[in-house]
Amino acid sequence: MTAPMAKSVAAPVRTDSLLSIREVVKRFGTRPVLRSISLEVASGEFLTILGESGSGKTTLLRLIAGFEQLDGGEIWISDERLDQIPPHRRAVNTVFQSYALFPHLNVFDNVAYGLHAKNIAKTEIPNRVAQALDMVKMSEYAKSPPARLSGGQQQRVALARALVNRPRVLLLDEPLSALDANLRRQMQIELKALQREVGITFVFVTHDQEEAMALSDRIALLRSGFLEQIAEPREIYGQPASAYVAQFIGQTNLLRADVQDGLARAGPLRWRTAETSKDVVFSLRPECIRLVAPAPPQPIDDSIARFRARILNQTFGGAMDTLELDCGRAPLLRARIASPGTLSGEHEFEFRASDAIPVRDEDSA
Amino acid sequence: MYSRAYKSAVTIPPLLWISTFLLVPYSLLFCYSFWSVSPQQTIIHNWNLQNYLQLVRNPIHLSVLFRSMRIAGAVTLFALLLGYPLAYFLSFHAAKRKDLLYQLVIIPLWASYLVRGYAWKTILGSDGVLNGLLQYLHITRHPVEFFLYSPFAVVLTLTHIYTPFTFLPIYASLEHVPRNLVEASHDLGASPWSTFRRVILPLSLPGVLAGATFAFVLTLGDFLAPLLVGGASGIMISNIVVSLFGAAYNWPLGAAISLCMLLLVLSLLFATERLERKLTLS
Repeated sequence: MTAPMAKSVAAPVRTDSLLSIREVVKRFGTRPVLRSISLEVASGEFLTILGESGSGKTTLLRLIAGFEQLDGGEIWISDERLDQIPPHRRAVNTVFQSYALFPHLNVFDNVAYGLHAKNIAKTEIPNRVAQALDMVKMSEYAKSPPARLSGGQQQRVALARALVNRPRVLLLDEPLSALDANLRRQMQIELKALQREVGITFVFVTHDQEEAMALSDRIALLRSGFLEQIAEPREIYGQPASAYVAQFIGQTNLLRADVQDGLARAGPLRWRTAETSKDVVFSLRPECIRLVAPAPPQPIDDSIARFRARILNQTFGGAMDTLELDCGRAPLLRARIASPGTLSGEHEFEFRASDAIPVRDEDSA
Repeated sequence: MYSRAYKSAVTIPPLLWISTFLLVPYSLLFCYSFWSVSPQQTIIHNWNLQNYLQLVRNPIHLSVLFRSMRIAGAVTLFALLLGYPLAYFLSFHAAKRKDLLYQLVIIPLWASYLVRGYAWKTILGSDGVLNGLLQYLHITRHPVEFFLYSPFAVVLTLTHIYTPFTFLPIYASLEHVPRNLVEASHDLGASPWSTFRRVILPLSLPGVLAGATFAFVLTLGDFLAPLLVGGASGIMISNIVVSLFGAAYNWPLGAAISLCMLLLVLSLLFATERLERKLTLS
């Protein structure tokens, strides 16, 4: 949580910050949906708001667009306060989850809609619409009604319709969730390329952590109305702030360990740690566990945790197999290792002490 | 798939019903319209076009027909002017009161047509509620006579009776306007008024068309309201048909007028059907 700030003092703003969300609070009736969210989005950044359904991520996007009213806090774009002006005067545009193309207008008129609304010179409109349609490779469909287009095509038109207005921030509400897996991956690549090309700030909402990792400059992970962590994909994966983040982003093993004199113990596992508190939860990614050849007992080196475990289950996954390991008085471990062929019985495994990341765990406290 | 027996069981009764009570009477009507009446008040079965020629030549029939269409047009207009804003408010802004208000619009339909007609008679009459109020407030000194027994009274009564019929399809079409389209329009910079004009209104036109058709067709064929509140100057074409089949005993002419009306209404329905298809496709 960010430290509370005095209302009259402007929040400390990064120099390159474009969109600034300050202590935003939203309730539906008495149910809090967002509980004091603060975050800064840099100019040209691709920021993903990630969270489960009910985390408040779509509500946050709708507050920026102006479809919902704040119950507290402020939203700014540069030095303009956004949350007090109606949605049609905000310099942001939205790509809706269900595209929301106007069924009574053809593709061209859909894209031209925003330009007409902003009273752009009539002579300029056809050029800008053509440019936008060209950008999303939909020029040949200009005359088609939206109902004749496939989901992916409608998605492109929705993108063009928003981008043609040159918004300062583009809001995307789970825009790829209605597409099938292959098309989705392709659109992810195109979307990222498009964002680099136009240089517009994207705020992208999704529940799909892989999508978030693939696209984003930074990920803001929301959980029941709180901002759990905001960081670059590598950092949020490598240094999860909490057990929840570690489990939500990718897969992980959570190890509850007793710490004494710089040594963490969980069942038969022990490794070195800098933690000082007694009871600590560590996150250990499955791919950090390695299969090693049996070797005679070595001199104690607690920078590497070595253990024997019985293989309960092996799932073939192409290049990487997933193993379920039983190492005695500790919870089952999941390991992901380069396909070793079929394994059974007991084997030796190890992981580096530095790969066990201490995480905050307020849930099981 | 459904069996033949099932299909027959569900389709034959309504087909029988319609052919017995609709097609047969209409065929009879069709025949009658080419026959004539003797001076001795008997039907002569000699096929001729006299009735249709008389319809065109007789200025009274034509002027009553035109008046009926004017009244139907006025009722349609007023029903739309009342029904659309009401439907719009209910659909977009009524929030929690939506169901209650919807019921309030529907409840008048439970009262008999005649009750509603007579109610207007008591309101508009020379010693009626409206004149009483006007005199009490010293706005008028004497009862205003033209409230009742005039085309005005017919338009007022029928607007009251048929506005719910116009409201319902408009409301249904407004309810079907996806709300994210309204948001998309705002998002793209269109003001609320511009959003109404460019998104909501075009998408609700099929409902407007259906509602207008209801009001126009139902009014055109109405004969009770003119009878109750129309007076001599408020006579409509259906009143003429009624008297031709009754006191005047000229079934052939009545049949000819009925068939012309039927043709008029059918072509109107056909035209609106085409228009609606065009609206929903584009």
